Amino acid sequence: MTDPIDPVTRFTKTDFVVRKERIQSVSKILFSLMVISMIIPLLAIIAYLFYHALPSLSWEFLVEVPKKGMSEGGIWPAFVGTLYLVLISLAIAAPIGVFAAIYLNEYARDNWFNRIINLAVINLAGVPSIVHALFGLGAFVYAAQFGYSIISASLTLAIMTLPVIIASTREALASVPMTFREACWNVGATRWQTIRAIVLPNSISGILTGIILQVSRAAGETAPIMFTGAVFYKAVSRGDLFPYQLNEQCMALSMHLYTVATQVPNVKESLPYATAVVLLCSVLFVNAGAIALRVWLRNHKKW
Amino acid sequence: MTTESMQYCIHTRNLNLWYGEFQALKNVNTDVKNGLITSLIGPSGCGKTTLLRCFNRINERFTYVRTEGKIVILGKNIYDPDVSLIELRKSVGMVFQRPNPVPISVYENILFGLRIHHPFGSFKKSELDDIVEKSLMEVGLWKDLKDRLKAKATSLQLEQQQKLCIARLLPLKPDVILMDEPCSALDIEGTRAIEELMYQLRGRYTIVIVTHNMAQARRISDECIFMLLGEMIEHARTEELFLNPRNPRTGEYIEGRYG
Repeated sequence: MTDPIDPVTRFTKTDFVVRKERIQSVSKILFSLMVISMIIPLLAIIAYLFYHALPSLSWEFLVEVPKKGMSEGGIWPAFVGTLYLVLISLAIAAPIGVFAAIYLNEYARDNWFNRIINLAVINLAGVPSIVHALFGLGAFVYAAQFGYSIISASLTLAIMTLPVIIASTREALASVPMTFREACWNVGATRWQTIRAIVLPNSISGILTGIILQVSRAAGETAPIMFTGAVFYKAVSRGDLFPYQLNEQCMALSMHLYTVATQVPNVKESLPYATAVVLLCSVLFVNAGAIALRVWLRNHKKW
Repeated sequence: MTTESMQYCIHTRNLNLWYGEFQALKNVNTDVKNGLITSLIGPSGCGKTTLLRCFNRINERFTYVRTEGKIVILGKNIYDPDVSLIELRKSVGMVFQRPNPVPISVYENILFGLRIHHPFGSFKKSELDDIVEKSLMEVGLWKDLKDRLKAKATSLQLEQQQKLCIARLLPLKPDVILMDEPCSALDIEGTRAIEELMYQLRGRYTIVIVTHNMAQARRISDECIFMLLGEMIEHARTEELFLNPRNPRTGEYIEGRYG
């Protein structure tokens, strides 16, 4: 206890502390550089796309149909096609995914059967989209005889997004504190009443975020729809909101981008870039919507 | 140093602390004596844990905490700009409510602090073995654990884990050991063991303990500080505080009228 340290220098930095602090700040700088090197390519891509797309970008471009063998004109049929595919696949995948996740997280006991289901869900989420495409081709186009159609493509996209929706929903449900459920059970609520009154309202922001992120994934995928329902070109009138029947094939943005960038001769230079910008912006728009929704819901959550 | 300042280890002067808008400590002035066991008692939310956590500035990892005033430990104001948090926490160690050994072996747990505070290769293997043995001896774990030094610390009994958490501080030769309800997760046997250990350590280290258990404060501490709503109400020798409290609010708390 009676060490001879002068109180003035007590607790001050030793040389070793100075050295450790130097290492500490070097690693901090290193890690922040990594963050920057992650952001730069992103900004570069966006800047590059917009710069090249600028001559074509206009409201006209969005609502006009492709002209002169797709080398000029707009992208309306592809835009609406993507809208169809995403909305229908979501209408199928979201309820199934959310309800399955509720079962798995709230009702299922921890036995080998449910563990296998979990394992399957996690592994399915990692299956490449081209494999889903082949499955969709076999199951919906041929076996179910939907043919090459919007419904086949949407079902394939739904199958592709389902596991991820289940996983993210489960995570959102699991983040609701157990004490909330216990409080509910303790006044004699059934499991469903608990889910309805406590679990869902408190996890809805996480659930929606997970679903909306899958929207952007479904919008961007090319392989699954290429095999099952997307088509090179389809004659549609300008600005028509309901140009497709469900049993028809449709155009899609991702597919259209691939086509004009690689398959069509003498395309106006800015056209593929403008298509990419529209795709990117729709995805960013949806993601921004997800963030806004989450913020709004979180502000209404009191814990 | 004068004899007067030698006698005391920790002084706080006009210590105020806010969590955001809420003031958790109000003008706290205390003098904690060197080498004794001092208990902080008071009802929940009175600021005793907050005060304890001020002593090694561990409160500061929350950005919304604001502190004013002075805490002088062994003659140095720990809020001085030249104070290194690393060095401060090296000599002011803390034991938490739940035993929190690092999930590595018993052996490495003891040496964890030492390795952090010394350049790689400062010690020979035999020196390290000695330090581990000495530290475990000091907390009375050597007999039980000498053959299980490679066992994972989190696999021990809670009581052993808590002793290990105390032993972990010792190689750094701390001046002060802060304990935040160290026995509340333990059973009777574990509590007795930790209390006996504290008694063993008394004299060599200044120990400040937060406890909810007034009987425990009475059993183990030399001095007691009674706090209420962020204020220090009374600081006295333990017998005096329990037998002749000067402040009526202290008396009522001890009688169990509230709290």
